Order: sequence, then structure tokens, then C-alpha cells
Amino acid sequence: MLEVTINGRTYWVSEGKTILQAAGEVGVDIPALCADDRLEPFGACRLCLVEVVGAPKPVVTACTTPVAPGMVIETETQRVVELRRGVLELLLSNHPNDCMLCEQAGHCILQDLAYRYQVRRNAYPGERRPALPEDPNPFIAFDNEKCILCGRCVRTCDEVQGVGAIDFLGRGFGTTVGTGYPGGLEESPCEFCGQCVAACPTGALTDKKSRGLGRVHEVRRVKTTCGYCGTGCTMYLRVKDHRIVGVDPDFASPVTGGALCVKGRYGYDYVHSPDRLTRPLIRRHGTLEPASWEEAYAYVAENLRRIREESGPDALGAITSSRATNEDNYAIQKLFRVPIGTHNVDNCART
Amino acid sequence: MTNSIAELEDAPVILLVGSNTAVSHPVIALRIKKAVRRGAKLIVVDPRRTEMTDLATLWLRLQVGTDIALMNALAQVIIQEDLHDREFIAQAVDGFDEFARSVQEYTPEHAAAITGVSAADIRAAARLYASAPKAAIVYCLGVTEHACGTHNVLSITNLAILTGNLGVEAGGVNPLRGQNNVQGAGDMGALPNVLPGYQKIVDPAVREKFERAWGVSLPAQPGLNKNDLFRGVLEGKVRGLYVHGYNVVRSDANANYSKEVLKNVEFLVVQDIFPNETTEYAHVVLPAAAWGETEGTYTNSERRVQRVRRAVEPPGEAKQDWEIFQEIARRLGRDFGWRSSEDIWNELRSLAPTMAGISYQRIEETGLQWPCPDENHPGSRFLHAAMHEGRQRGRLTMVEHQPPMEQPDEDYPLLLTTGRRLYHYHTATQTRRSRGIEQILGREQVDVSPRDAAALGLADGEWVRLSSRRGEVECAARVTDDVPTGTVFLTFHFAEVLTNDLTNDAEDPLAGTAEFKACAVRLDKLGRKAAGGMT
Repeated sequence: MLEVTINGRTYWVSEGKTILQAAGEVGVDIPALCADDRLEPFGACRLCLVEVVGAPKPVVTACTTPVAPGMVIETETQRVVELRRGVLELLLSNHPNDCMLCEQAGHCILQDLAYRYQVRRNAYPGERRPALPEDPNPFIAFDNEKCILCGRCVRTCDEVQGVGAIDFLGRGFGTTVGTGYPGGLEESPCEFCGQCVAACPTGALTDKKSRGLGRVHEVRRVKTTCGYCGTGCTMYLRVKDHRIVGVDPDFASPVTGGALCVKGRYGYDYVHSPDRLTRPLIRRHGTLEPASWEEAYAYVAENLRRIREESGPDALGAITSSRATNEDNYAIQKLFRVPIGTHNVDNCART
Repeated sequence: MTNSIAELEDAPVILLVGSNTAVSHPVIALRIKKAVRRGAKLIVVDPRRTEMTDLATLWLRLQVGTDIALMNALAQVIIQEDLHDREFIAQAVDGFDEFARSVQEYTPEHAAAITGVSAADIRAAARLYASAPKAAIVYCLGVTEHACGTHNVLSITNLAILTGNLGVEAGGVNPLRGQNNVQGAGDMGALPNVLPGYQKIVDPAVREKFERAWGVSLPAQPGLNKNDLFRGVLEGKVRGLYVHGYNVVRSDANANYSKEVLKNVEFLVVQDIFPNETTEYAHVVLPAAAWGETEGTYTNSERRVQRVRRAVEPPGEAKQDWEIFQEIARRLGRDFGWRSSEDIWNELRSLAPTMAGISYQRIEETGLQWPCPDENHPGSRFLHAAMHEGRQRGRLTMVEHQPPMEQPDEDYPLLLTTGRRLYHYHTATQTRRSRGIEQILGREQVDVSPRDAAALGLADGEWVRLSSRRGEVECAARVTDDVPTGTVFLTFHFAEVLTNDLTNDAEDPLAGTAEFKACAVRLDKLGRKAAGGMT
């Protein structure tokens, strides 16, 4: 641990951290757009500028400067606030100001910072980037007009996912993010894990499947665990009007470190398929016909009892689901072991 | 897994066997990718080229079904070159001398002839694995879905025991579970030979504990596993089956056999979320709540018990599974008295000491890994540390190479192996009903090597008929060197191509798992077909 002073208060912080991380540890919020704990420091957005008192060049980027013992740091001096305003004015001069319809309104660092520093869009009127045609893939929407070129998506795809499907394309004012392949994401090595969407600090990258179905203040977030493979990725379901409208990763998960795959992130809406079984069915004269739960329970119990009485409990058996919860599996093994009286219980994982 | 998923990032050497991790466990693959980025050496044992083999320092491209010969040869080199952990073996391992004698004949040259992996690569892999300060083994269904699956696992585990890589952080032997709650279903006692918490039925003290808690007298002998239940149906001994969330017809090897069983069972209850090929045989179908609609817990591959929550109500009259089981029990004269999934969990942990310390309250935010014997215990990130402290012993077990039950021959000259693709899951009843996924991958293709394709005069995209001794399917071919010459690959995701009509239900005598990974097939070229016509 080492001692530093931030905004006049003294703190003990961990060694080997950047100013941005150390400040975060003690609850001092330094604004940043391009920083992401999972990624190498990048120093692109210039919003985390702070002053280190007494340093030869006092204004530094907090995301790339390591903390040192005795450092005296000011995070909201007039000088850095003016610099931040300038950066935000430049970003907004090339931004469509589309918060009304933007999927990320209420969940956008750019919007929060514009509000925090009271910056409007019109400081630098002039040319704006033209919108690119939409990528035809079914999951990931990229609105280049809202991209601030912080590189979090590009670096996440490379450093976390290890795929590198996207990169900066072009130069200067014409710079954008893309695959470099003519067919867009579907023709690229993209695996549709959605980690770029989760990393985007603005509304540039959003989930197409969730479009128009509810913004952050309208949805309830329910923490659960993915139901596909045995990794056990925890996640947040976005729920509105009794429907799951999207999935967000759990950045605090010790299992995932904030990642999900395409199935976990985008394979959720089968739950609402019209094909679902919604009523008990009993076979009568060769066809399955709807029945009430009372009829179904009675029918099942009667047949289980009859076979048990005629041939003994071992004439019955259960194969349980390794897709179902622990509690459901416990319940079925108890049903077969206790009232029925057989150990003929297996789960489907043998195959 | 003996160890934890996150620990893989810190392993200096990872031996990955029969796992296309980037496809089947993509988020675990990220840990392996990160380890490689940090300089870890990755040894991949796989007949198919995958994203993982592209990352490998050494890729041991063995013939399908020759794992034991390869693992025994690795052990032979480790012993021959004195790379084994003598201190650990002296302290905690039984059977070394016998084992060392038995692997003597598995020289790298002998194994090279069986596996197709060069003797030099075998030696290099053995040195890399055994010389590391610690090394993790990760394996998946490429190892277990063979008629010698249990022996495959033993041959792999031998390497970790020889080198003292059990009971160390970022080491161990780590099977990746294929389904979200394979681990939990076993933990809960959904097995014929153990009660919840892997407590043995044959132990009278265990039975007595459960008998007192449940107020019942329990049979003293284990019950029948799935394969025995099915045989029992055809023998007329088993008359009623309750199938819970399991599409038997599509998931099991040799679908015609499964259909024969289901046709013959006198009373079949199927409880599921969608109608499927198995509900067609049911006498009663009960509608269950799905993921997103259930409360409870799943236990992941690293033994971590995590909460699952109800975000939306089940559709129509569908109910959560345990509510249905409890109602049936009530009508058979037993009231379990549960009012919530938490009641069930609390009953479980009162009976299963390894999970006693895991309460819903403790896992509200982050799950805990069993063993967790009491509420002050932090959970167990890795197992078997006691071996290094002289409090636990392990055994080296000799196993012999056994080729797949079905070998290619004149009639069926190719070997079919099966697996998954990234975008779909199992029989795809969920992924094909999730908007967008079909756009990315909407049909099955059989992977055929360029040389086999040339022999058949087959061009990429042309259709073939695949036949085995059990059935036939038709699908388009993808000509790719992802598969070695002589081997073809299919998934079982698509109802249009019923792969398990072909697969061999020859089973591992110890685990009962079928040989999904190897059966002999023939390919016949059908030529071009209109794209819309077949899929």
C-alpha cells in the first residue's frame, strides 16, 4: 500500500495501480471513456486528465500514469475541467444528438459526462460524419455516428475474446471501426459474443434484438446463471412487460470475468416461443389431448401406483434432466426413492 | 473439475484433450487464450483442427479413439526420462512399480504406430507437461464418449498423479461439463448408486440417516441406470418411465433403439418445455417451466453452486418441475412440505455434508464451490491438497489401449465423429427458436477431408448420403482439412440430419456412456440439390 493525496484527502491505495484505478478504489470518480479494467491502458479519450501537483508536466492521463508514494492529485481543477469540456465539445460536435431514440440513453457515459460538465453540442458547427449502411448481421448494431473511437470494442475483441474481428479503418476524420471485409461481421471471424457491445461507452454498439423493447430505466434486471453449457456464466436478464428483452454480462463474476458467448447473450428468446408446452396432455385413443392438472396428476399417480402394486417399485424408473435445477433434480429423486421406493433414478448426462 | 476455471489463466502448461473449448465452452476458452497470451504452453490432443489447435504449441493429431495409447506413451517417457515427481509418489501414490512396468511397452514409437502422432512429438509433449512447475489438464467429451471412456479418463489422470499435478493451484484434472447442471444432477443424487451428496446406498449408516430424515425404508442395493432401464423395458421388467427434460430420441446414440424402447414402455411420462421427438411416444406430457422461469441453483463444472432466478412467469399452465413432482408425491401419499426451492435446498444441505455450508443467503451475489462443510467455510477452489500433506492417497491405474468398437472396413470405410458448433446447443430446440441464430448457421454440413472428397469425386457443397450399420442421413458436404483423412464430422443439432440414427450405442461398461465419437460410415455422393429443397 502507498499513501497519496487526492483532492486534499489522504488515502492508502494499492501499489502497481494507475491513478484512475487507485482513485476508483477509494471512491473518487475520474471521468473516462476509453478505460476498461480488463484491457491494457490506452490513453485515447483524454477525459481522465488530472493534475499531479509539483510534477514538471502536471496534467497527465490518469489511466496511464502509475500512482507513486506521496503523490498529490487534483481531479477537478478549473484547468482539467476546461480541458474535459473541450474534449466533450469536440466529441459532441460530431455526434448526432439522438438521445431521444438512442437505446443507450440513461446508460451512456458520454451522455452522463455532457450532463456533468454541462456541455452542449453546438460549440463547433461544421461537417459531420455520414452514417454508414447498417451491417446485416442479426445481433450487433453499429451506429458509426455515435462512435467516439475509444477503441474499447476493438481492444476487447482482440485482448479478451482473442478474435480481432474488428479494427480501426481509415484515417483522420474518416476513421471508423469495422471488419475490413466487404460482407460485414458475418463474413468476418466475429463470433457474436457481444463483448464489444458490453464494452461500448456510448450508443454506437447496441443489441439489435433488444431495439425498441426497453431502455435501462424501463427494465428490471434479474441476476441468474446461463442455462446452456457447464461453464456457469452469471448474467443479468433485462425484463420488461413479462418478457426477457436482453442479456447483460456480470462483470463481477469469478467464473466469466464479464464475458458471455453468443448463446448466453443472444439465445434467450426461445423461452417466449409459441411452440412451448402450456397445458398437460394425456393420450386418449392414440392422440395427445389437453387435460387439467388435476386429471394429469391423478392419471400419473394412478398408473405409477398400479405398476408398483403389480410389479414392485423397480418396475418404474426416472431419467432426470441435467438441464434442470438442483432443486428439481433433488425433488424427482426423492419422488422415486420415497413414495415409490426405488433407486431407479439416473440423469441424462450418461449420454 | 479438481480446480477452478479462473486458475487456468495462471497455468504455465495446459494439456487439453478432446475439447473444442472455443466452441463448446467459449468462456472457459477465454481463460486458456489469456494464458497462452501470457506465455503458457498449450498442448492440444484432438483429431480435428479447431481454434484451440491453432493456438497450440504442440498439436497431437491422434487418430480418433487412440487416447490411451497416447497417454500411456506420455507416461512411459515421463518415467523413462525421470520426469516424474518421486517425492509426491513416495508420499501419496500407490501402484507405481506395477504401473511403470505396464507402460514400458508403450514406447513413443509403438504409440506412434497406433495414434499417428510422431514419436518426436510424443516425447516433446511429455517433457513439456512433466517439466513445468505445475500443469493443468482439461478434457471434455472427446475423451468420455467412447466405449473405453472411463479408461481414457484414468489414462489421463495417471499423468497428473505421476507428476504431482493433483492438489495444486492451476493444475489438476479438469473435465468440462457439457450441460449447465450435469454436475448438480449427480450432486443431487439423480444417480442409481448414490444418495444426494454422493453418499453410497450400500453404506448402512448412510441409508439410516436418509431413512430417518425421509421416514421411509430404502432398498439396500443400487437401482438401474438409464441403459439398464431401457434394457429392462425390452425384457418386460420395467413398465413405467418418467423422462424429465431429455429428448431421448434425438440425444441418444442409435435412435432406432431408443424408439424401440419408448414404443414398448407401458407407461411413459415426459415432462419438458417443447413438444419433441420423445413426447411423441408419451402417454402423458407435462409442461415445465424453462430457464428464466425457475427459481433454484445450478452447479457448474468447477463445483460452484449459483443462483438461478425467475425473471418471467412460465407460459400458460406450465409449472416448475419440483412443484409437479411434489404434487405427484402427495397423490402417492407423501407430503414433502416444500413451499419454495430454498426449502428443498435446505433439506439437501442438511443431508449432504459437502454442501452443508452453502445457503441461499451466502450465494445471493456470488456462488460457492463445494466442498463447503459449514457456514464459515469459504468453499474449495481446488481439491486434493491433502495429497501433498500426507493425508490422502491416490493410485496409478494401468489401462490398455482399446480401439473403437467399430472399425472402418470395406462396407463402411470412414470413421464418423460427432460434436457441436458454436451457434447451436445439443438438439437445438432452444437455439433454433432464438431469433438470429439460424441466420448465422441454419443447416448441417458434414465435414469431409479433401482427400476423401477427391476419392468420391465430391465438391464442396454437394450432397451425400451417410450410412452406418444402424441408419442413414443425407446432407451437404463441407470439404475441409479440419478433419483428417478417413474421418468425417457431424453435429446433432439439426432435426433434418438425424446424426444419432448413425451413431453406435456400444457403451462403456463402467460409465454406460455410448460411443458417440466413433462409428464406421459410408458416404455416397448425391450431387447438387436445390438449396431450399432439403434444409
